[in-house]
Formats: sequence, C-alpha cells, structure tokens
Amino acid sequence: MQSDTTVNHSRLLRRINLNWMDIALQVALPVGAVLAALLIGAVMLVLLKANPLKAYATMITGVFGSVSGFTQSLVKATPLLLVGLGICIAFRASVINIGGEGQIILGAVIGTWFALTFRTWPGWLLLPLTLIVGFIAGAVWGFVPGILKARLAVNEILSTVMMNAIAQQFMNLMIRGPLIDPAGITAGTYLAQSERLPAQVWLPRLVPQTLLHAGAIIAVVLAIAVYIFLWRTTIGYRIRAVGLNPDASRYAGIPVPFYQALSLTLAGGFAGLAGVIEVIGVQHRLLDGISGGYGFTGIVAALFGGLHPLGLIPASWLFGSLLVGADMMQRAVQVPSALISTLLGLVVLFVIGSNLLSRRWAVRRMVAAAKAEEVKP
Amino acid sequence: MTNVISLAVIVGILTSAIRLATPYLFAAIGEAFAQTSGVVNLGVDGIMLVGAYAAFFVTLHTGNVWLGVLAAMIVGLLMGLLMSLISVTLKAEQGISGIGLYMFGLGLSSLLFKVTIGTVKTVTGFQPINIPLLSDIPAIGEIFFRQSLPVYAAFLLVPVAWWFLDKTTWGLRIKAVGQSPAAADSLGVSVDRVRYFSVCLGSVLAGLAGASLSIALVNLFQENLTAGQGFIAVALVYFGGWKPVGIMGGALLFSTVNAFQLWMQVLGVKIPSDVAVMLPYLLTIVALAVTVARVRQPAALNKPFERGES
Repeated sequence: MQSDTTVNHSRLLRRINLNWMDIALQVALPVGAVLAALLIGAVMLVLLKANPLKAYATMITGVFGSVSGFTQSLVKATPLLLVGLGICIAFRASVINIGGEGQIILGAVIGTWFALTFRTWPGWLLLPLTLIVGFIAGAVWGFVPGILKARLAVNEILSTVMMNAIAQQFMNLMIRGPLIDPAGITAGTYLAQSERLPAQVWLPRLVPQTLLHAGAIIAVVLAIAVYIFLWRTTIGYRIRAVGLNPDASRYAGIPVPFYQALSLTLAGGFAGLAGVIEVIGVQHRLLDGISGGYGFTGIVAALFGGLHPLGLIPASWLFGSLLVGADMMQRAVQVPSALISTLLGLVVLFVIGSNLLSRRWAVRRMVAAAKAEEVKP
Repeated sequence: MTNVISLAVIVGILTSAIRLATPYLFAAIGEAFAQTSGVVNLGVDGIMLVGAYAAFFVTLHTGNVWLGVLAAMIVGLLMGLLMSLISVTLKAEQGISGIGLYMFGLGLSSLLFKVTIGTVKTVTGFQPINIPLLSDIPAIGEIFFRQSLPVYAAFLLVPVAWWFLDKTTWGLRIKAVGQSPAAADSLGVSVDRVRYFSVCLGSVLAGLAGASLSIALVNLFQENLTAGQGFIAVALVYFGGWKPVGIMGGALLFSTVNAFQLWMQVLGVKIPSDVAVMLPYLLTIVALAVTVARVRQPAALNKPFERGES
C-alpha cells in the first residue's frame, strides 16, 4: 500500500515534469522561429545596404522608447488578438480561415453604415449595437464559406480568399458611393473615406494623447471568454473534438459539418468585431485599407500563440510591436516595411515546419519515460 | 447596345480571353502536378509574384526576355524547394505552409520592387508572332494565331501535361504517390522524391505564369501584380478535375469573363467597375461549389506521408 502511493506519486511528478517540458518546448519553438526569421531579415538588410543592428535597434526603441510607441503596439495588437481568436476557434475545428481581411472589412463597412444611419441614438445604445452589428457582418462573411464547406465540401481556404477579394471591391464601392464623406463632395476632393462617426459611438481612450482605446480591454476579456468557451462548454468541447478526430466525432454523433460551419462563422464574427473596433476606436471613420493586413498577421499570431486564446495575448502584442517597429524602421533607415511582411511569412513556415520536431521529441520522451517506469519496479 | 456587341467586339473579347488564359494555364497545370502527387501548394500566388518580379527585373536590365524567363524559372524552383522542404520533408500542414509561402512571396516581391525598381516602369516584352497563313484567316486568325510566344506555349502545355501524366512512367509514379503513397512506397517508389519533383515542377510553371504576366501580357510590375490569380489557379485544378483539358476549359471560362469585364469597361457600358471586378472571384466560388462535390480527388491529397502510418 505504502509503495503503491509512492509509485503513484513519482508517476505524477514525472507527468508534471513532462508537462513543463512540453510548455517550455511550445514556447521555445516559436521563439526560435522568430529569431531565425529575424536572422534572415538581418542578412536581407545587409543585402539592402542597411545596417541590421541599427535597423533592429530602431525597431526596439520605436516600441519601448516612448509612450506613444508602446501604446501604439497595443493598438496594433488589438485587432490581431481579435482576428487571432477567431482563427484559433476555426483551427481547433480543423478549419483554416484565410478570410480575416474580408471579414474585417465587412465589420468595418457595415458597422460604419449602422453608426452613421442611427447617429441620433444615445451612446449607451448605439455603441454596443454597433459592435454587435460589426460582429454579425463579419460572421455572415464567415458563414458563407462555412456553409459551402459543410454542405458542398468547398475548400475553405480558396473560398475565403475569394471572399476577401469580393469584400475589397464591396468596400471600394461603398466608400466611393453611398458612404462617401459629403464634405469631400462639396470640397470636390472625393476622398475615399466616410464621414466622421458621431462622438458618442467612439470607444473611450485609455491614455490621453495616444490612440490606445478601450477595444484593447474588450479584446483581452474576449480572449478569456474564448478560452472558457473552448475548454469549459459543450459546444467548445465539440469544436475541439471535430478538429482532433472528425471520424471519431462523427461516430460519437457530433454533426461535424455543423461545427465546422459554426467555427468559421464565429471566426468571421471576431474578425468583423476587429474591423468595427478599428473604426470606432482608432480612425473614427471608414478609410481605405482599414484591414491593414491584420487578417494575415492574425494567422501568424495565432500559430505563434500555439492556437491557444491565452497564448494569443502575448503573441498578438509581440506582432503588434513588430508592426510598429517596422513602421519606425521604414522612417528611420528607409527599409520598406514590406520586409516585415516577408519575415512574417517565414515565421509561419518555420513555426509550422518545426511541428514535426516537437512531435518527434514528445514521442521520444514518452518512450523514455515508459522505459524508465518499466525498469523501476 | 446592339452596335456595342458587334463582330469586332466579339473578336476583341475572344482575343483577350485567349491571352488572359495564359497565366492561369501555366499556374494551374503546375498546381495539377503538385496536387496529383498529393501536395496542395497554396503558395502559387506568392511564387507567381516573385517569378513576375524576377522576370521583369532581369528583362528591364538586360533587355533580353529569355533571361527574364530563366530568372522566373530559377526563383520558381527555389520557392518550390522551400515548399517541399516544409510540406514534404517536415510534413507540415500543407494549407498553412502554402499561406506562409504566399505571404513570403508577396512581401519579398513588394520589398524588392520598392528597393530596386521604385516606380511602375514598362519593358518591351514578348511580341506577337503571326503564324503564316493561319493568321490570315478572318476572325479566327486574329483570335488564335496573332498571339505572343508564351500564349502559344501555355496552350501547348495542355497536351504535353496530359501526355506526361497519362503516358509516361514518371506521370504514373506521380499518380500512384497521390493515390496510395504507402503502396507506392512498398513498391520501391520514393514518395518524398516524387513529391519534391512534382511540387518543384509546379513551382517552376508558377514562376513562368508570373513571367507571362510581367513580360508578355502587361509588360510591367507593381505590388501584388497577380491580385489573387494564383489562388484562382488552385481553384481551377479542382474545377478541371485534375485533368489538363478540364483545367484549360476552366481557364478559358475565367479569362473570357475577365475579358468581357474589361471590354465592357472600355466600351463604357454602365456597370460599376467594382462589381465587374468582383465577377471572377464570385465565379470561382460558384465553380468550386458546383464541381468539388462530384469530382474524385487524389486519395492522399493534403496528407503528409510517414512510413509506418496506416
């Protein structure tokens, strides 16, 4: 009896140790991927005849050297976190959402339209409704590829890419047509932007003189909510089951296509929310290029954060900082910020490429642990 | 409206359609090789972009279109090796590998464009070649036989690809690896090597697709020149049921819609240009919805192969 408990105890300890190793590995691999990408970036900087040390130093001081730089990194992290949450949900159901850009645009355009149409409503009513409308608009844009995948087995990667292109044209149409700023028409400039939204729908600013707005808090709260949703509710459990093993889920009576469509719809909703928050938090009007590549960078952040809502919080801040740093670098050492988009692509390739290594190591450790256990008693 | 749709306009639309099918054909037939071997390469658009940039840059500086073509093939090969390394050797999820490759290609081509070219310039690309006698046939001659060399090459690729996939040992190996990698492996076919070959061949063709845009069709380079044509090309492979002839049909359908849309704008027909530009993308979704369910895809598509697993 006594020996039994000690064996159990040591087994438990080993399991905990193993767990810590796993976590360490899960952090080390993506960090290594980013470092490798930055190293390749340094080589590219040398080829572009820029001093890589100076360029990277500019990036770091750009983010940490001033209040505006630091808050700006949080401003950029907010849409990344929101889009990334949606991508996490979809990924957990084995659905890849490349449609973030289009869903952001839909959320921004429809949210802007809503806030302008009902501009007389009080803020306590208009603000939450605008957020909900933005969410729904994005969700609809995610639902279309979702239902096409569920009903007709249409590859969601291709359909979401096409939905992005359609959304872009839709925005061009709206921003130069029904939503165009009347001031631009009277001035004869015809700027591609909407009218400024009424002030009661703006999200409050958290730090005066900066762009940091309450959307950042909304995003963090939602990250926790998504964690609870995925790991503590039946629907979340089913979404993850569908992703882990669709066949077993089917035999267990889970309607797999339904949950795949649902996850893509939710993913669209979060991206739509990112879009509308970008409008009412930062710009206060609809501008061309509002999606700012967040739909793609959000994928990188989601992968980097281990497809975990809580891991996404630091991951999106890291990539928000990289984006701010890239802007600073572009201004200071005249290296186009496209360098950072290039490196983001490499980060994706490295993170996903290193998965095999982590899987092999995990297997090796498990085999070793099993052997040790066999020998001991 | 009646005088808008005259014979001259129809000939004009069809001539453009044949021209515009070129990048789709190169890219989609290349993708068909990769997919037949079981690898979905979603990075085609990124490869097309760096291919288009390389071809344009080299042609701009040497004035020699053939060196441009060579450059596009080389960068296509390099991108193909990268994709194979990640998705075949390291067995990563193919969808995300492709998106990573796309982001890398989009970023790299924009970066290099800004640093080495700066503003939109034009080059003298491939010139139209009139095929003797045939080009004198009224209407038909203008539509089919006064095109530039890459256009002819793209259409010639269709029977060549069919012959290669259906009639040669290598083609059969590619199919075997895509249908049943475990069986092919047990018969001594190296699954990884066949997949490397197919992905790289497809990527070289994607590089050529990019070159056909930048030094034959539009003779310029700008950021995101392809505007998602690479993704449409991937969709065309599903649409064409992994068969070169089917892919050609799809490519022609798309290029005709594109040409029609362009001509309507030229003629000033009242459709908002944004709606017109949406058409090919909408059509892609419809085409995928209509075709995917009824076509049998390579059994091992999108599945990394590991010895000892099932």
